[in-house]
Amino acid sequence: MQKLKNYIISFSAFSVLWFLYFPILIIMWFSFNKESVSSFPIEHYSFDWYVKLFNNESMMQAVRISFFIAISSTIAALLIGIPSAYALHKYNYFGKSVLLKIILLPITLPGIVTGVAMLSFFPMIGIQLSLKAVLIGHTTFLIAIMITQILTRFKKLDPYLEMAAFDLGASPMQAFFKVILPNIKTAIIGAVLLSLVLSMDEIPITFFLISRENTLPIEIYGMMRRGITPEVNAISTIVFLMSSTAIFLSLKFNKEN
Amino acid sequence: MKNLNKYLLLLPLLLWLLLFLVLPYLFILTQSVFATDDFGKVVYDLNFDSYIKIFTNPLYYQTLIRTFFYAILVALVCIVLSLPLAYFITFKVTKHKSFYYTLIVLPFWMSYIVRAYAWKIILGQEGILNSSLMNMGIIEKPLRFVLYSDFSVLLCLVYIFLPFVCIPIYTSFEQISKSLVEASKDLGANSWVTFKKVIFPLILPGVISGGTLALVLTLGDFLAASLLGGPNTLFISNIVQNLFGTSNDKPLGSAVGVVLLVLVFLLLELSSRYEKKHEIQ
Repeated sequence: MQKLKNYIISFSAFSVLWFLYFPILIIMWFSFNKESVSSFPIEHYSFDWYVKLFNNESMMQAVRISFFIAISSTIAALLIGIPSAYALHKYNYFGKSVLLKIILLPITLPGIVTGVAMLSFFPMIGIQLSLKAVLIGHTTFLIAIMITQILTRFKKLDPYLEMAAFDLGASPMQAFFKVILPNIKTAIIGAVLLSLVLSMDEIPITFFLISRENTLPIEIYGMMRRGITPEVNAISTIVFLMSSTAIFLSLKFNKEN
Repeated sequence: MKNLNKYLLLLPLLLWLLLFLVLPYLFILTQSVFATDDFGKVVYDLNFDSYIKIFTNPLYYQTLIRTFFYAILVALVCIVLSLPLAYFITFKVTKHKSFYYTLIVLPFWMSYIVRAYAWKIILGQEGILNSSLMNMGIIEKPLRFVLYSDFSVLLCLVYIFLPFVCIPIYTSFEQISKSLVEASKDLGANSWVTFKKVIFPLILPGVISGGTLALVLTLGDFLAASLLGGPNTLFISNIVQNLFGTSNDKPLGSAVGVVLLVLVFLLLELSSRYEKKHEIQ
């Protein structure tokens, strides 16, 4: 009886895991299908869709734009996030808990509302719908990721570390760059990898801020609306492999301390 | 000097958030009480017509109510699917636990669009489900209802938000001390009674916070319905999308957005209050 129960639990758990992963495996498998119809069984395997993908100029342009947006918004979020996380950890401010809530708004509130809010307001301050607007939008939600990830590490850090540096005659700058920064380095690398992945995949905000130049997910969205193209299987497979590697590394870096 | 540093370090963040986050939110709040002229241009004239429209025109309030019920359904299905998986990893897996944990965390961060696309090639008319069933001789013509229906949208939402529910539930499972479960069994309770009386009350905070996440995420989702929905599939966020796009009625769109925002705020607040209360006990 106990054995039967164990079987039922294991069976349901593996079914759920299968549900989580089989659609992804299907995409990867069908990206090597020679035919353009995605039906069983696959008769011939080939790399045709990968070749087509790399020759598809609008897709490749979208990949370049996505990389550009991901890298620049991650850098901007780093420049704002590191000093802010440091300050929020070290000092007490009036209204600090409210500020922490505001920082998190772009990841707690529905992306569509943030998207239409930016869409409505940005032209008022002279930012037209463009990649510049997308860049600002992405930076805003990446700041939330950066600050939460780095603050978590700061909380685990020995509070006497910085004091020891000061006692030994380090200036605040020296203490930060020689003592603090090396200790939060892995958290920063983890946060950077996550930010890159999230920016590369972001749709709800980008959707409303884009003008004519598409990012990769928006380009895929457009292709999907028009019908099924196996090139999407090929690009999806590449995106999956790249983002899984990045996330895997990021999880590893975040655990290190 | 020290005080100056204290504020200087935070200045870029404050400016950025004010300009690119707080003001935009305040702006749609204001825009929601304006009107539009016949050409769809926003007219700065204070009125509450948009809000009145939302709560009197069935298109808006019915969609809101339907989306809310769908969101509850998605959350419940996610919870039901998460329970055995989280239970299994906590109590049955002895080796490679971190590997299993990674398996549920990985999809959490994975591309939304790609995962939605997967369902399109599985459920489509010439998709994997139909062609397999036809090859096996179970059906003769492709099933039409599976893709481009409310069903396919809900399936996709469950699929995408499942990790958001599974992770908090797993975390609360892990916090249960094993001796508590053993004590319950020693006192003669069977597995079901142990689950109902000992385990479930302890994982309830995780269930609530995961469920709330799925609820809130479904309320804010417009992509699944626009990619996998049928001609009549309409979620509340699709209305916002249309009002800012083809229909071009920004005040009304903003008002729907604000209603959505208030709803999400309330849900998150309720959930976090529940968790705090639970923490103290």
